[in-house]
Amino acid sequence: MRVARSRGLHGWRGFAFVVPYLIVLVAFGILPVLYAVKLAFTTDGGGWAGFRNFTHSAGDYRFMSALGHVLVFTSVWLSLLIVFVVTLALLLHGRASRSSAAYRFLYYIPGALAGAASVLVWLFMLDPSVSPGSFFVHHVLGAHLFVESIAPGKLPLIFAMIAFWTGAGGWVVVMYGALNTIPQELEDAARIDGAGPLTLALRIKLPLIRKWIAYMVILSFATGTQLFVEPQLVNQASLGMVPDTWSSNQLAYQLAFRYADFNSAAAISVDLLAIGLLGAVVIISRTGLFKVES
Amino acid sequence: MALLLRGARVAVLAAFGVFFVGPLLWLVLAPTKSDHELVSRGPFTFGSIHHVALAWKHLYAFSDHIYLTWIGNSLLYAVTATAIVLVTAIPAGYCLALGSFPGRRLVLTLTLVVMMMPAAALVLPIFLELNALHLIGSVLSVILPFAFFPFGVNLAYIYYSTALPRELLDAARVDGCGEWGTFRRVALPLAKPVVALVLFFSFVSDWNNFFLPYTVLGDSKQYPIQVGLSTLLSSTPSFNPAVGGGGQQVGIFRPELALATLVAVVPVAIVFMLSQRSLVRGLVGGGVKE
Repeated sequence: MRVARSRGLHGWRGFAFVVPYLIVLVAFGILPVLYAVKLAFTTDGGGWAGFRNFTHSAGDYRFMSALGHVLVFTSVWLSLLIVFVVTLALLLHGRASRSSAAYRFLYYIPGALAGAASVLVWLFMLDPSVSPGSFFVHHVLGAHLFVESIAPGKLPLIFAMIAFWTGAGGWVVVMYGALNTIPQELEDAARIDGAGPLTLALRIKLPLIRKWIAYMVILSFATGTQLFVEPQLVNQASLGMVPDTWSSNQLAYQLAFRYADFNSAAAISVDLLAIGLLGAVVIISRTGLFKVES
Repeated sequence: MALLLRGARVAVLAAFGVFFVGPLLWLVLAPTKSDHELVSRGPFTFGSIHHVALAWKHLYAFSDHIYLTWIGNSLLYAVTATAIVLVTAIPAGYCLALGSFPGRRLVLTLTLVVMMMPAAALVLPIFLELNALHLIGSVLSVILPFAFFPFGVNLAYIYYSTALPRELLDAARVDGCGEWGTFRRVALPLAKPVVALVLFFSFVSDWNNFFLPYTVLGDSKQYPIQVGLSTLLSSTPSFNPAVGGGGQQVGIFRPELALATLVAVVPVAIVFMLSQRSLVRGLVGGGVKE
């Protein structure tokens, strides 16, 4: 045993394997965060500012409305995800068949489109003159012109739909995978006790995938608060009818770029980082889905 | 009653199928029609190949074939960054799984935490850092941050800690391989599946990233395709009436914009669909491993 211990990647010997990664981890994971925190707590000239940058940026007349937009968008998106992802996964799991795999595949395809591409596709879908869903655009959104589709009041719903369209399929697949880890005997026992497919789904399966639903909700909440691409592109497509400070991240971006107020921009970034960090820590420490030690 | 329920189930599943796939089908068919036909003809009709060629001609001519430059930039950024990711992430995952150096737990925890954080949360902090280093506007300001990919490290870590028999490595050491030789001759060749996974995920996430390059690049000749698409959007009259007559000059209308979007996503979409299974394994790997 002693011989085996002296060999292998023990002590500092294996360290060389991690060094290249450590460099990028520090340079683009840790240092940016520390630097943003430093900027957020200092003044333009480098002096200590306390919480002044935070109160100053939070006092900006656009801060609360951007925060409100982001929170409404995130709530709508999370509701869509919880209701439909879970429903679809349960429906697909109820009767495993070849069609179930085909549906999962179809739902998953839009996941390939992210960034600007998915937004452009949906701008087409919201243009009543070319959209295949013009019926819905007319009757659900009440829009007859493209500019009416992207009226400010409808944006949280529209962004939630775009985010749902690109991401929901992946989550359906994940939930389906989680459902598959439920032991067959458990289902069989419930069936013998007279449980129908609905009881089985709601009383047996749903409670057993709670952890995964929590994971989806926390991760999506943290992602939702960072919204940037969608409102930025809609701003370009709306002739400024939609402000370029619609979301919190956009406001931080504008503070840095238009006003060169890096300290206030850093303060908002730190607010958003804190939300992301909190989400990550809650997922890792509470859901038990990701363990550091094997 | 049972029949009714079964019917309702199929109806719900099919309706969502249409919701998820319909927009993509429309996108594939849109460049086959002229801008006028897009409005006048049915949304899911096929026009003609001739229109696709015409739309491509306009797209190619736009701003001195800058569209191809954008695609080339995206390739350059994604390929270079992914190469660095492979060189850094695979050995790191290997060592985190099988080694024990001081601070190992800390590195693992940090990796997991950053992996779980939305990537967008780090963009402005990275911008502020690069700005202080006067790297803004350089190609490196995109490639270097892309090279940090904790998800890849986690994939390699999970693979090496679950799928690789330690005895095999010990055997190699007994045979006189040094640590580096053991990794290169035994551990690396055995990790082909995970190398492919990391390559794919890193490439796709770089290709699709909009926020970081949008923030750190100034010159439109340096844009990757995602940022380029936003420029095209601003040049399309039906979405931005301010271009009006300008739209006539640059020849970018809805079919051209649709074609540009399609060309930008097709390569990724194909690889994406092929790797569905591995993706899911990667996503749930940390959770379901025994």
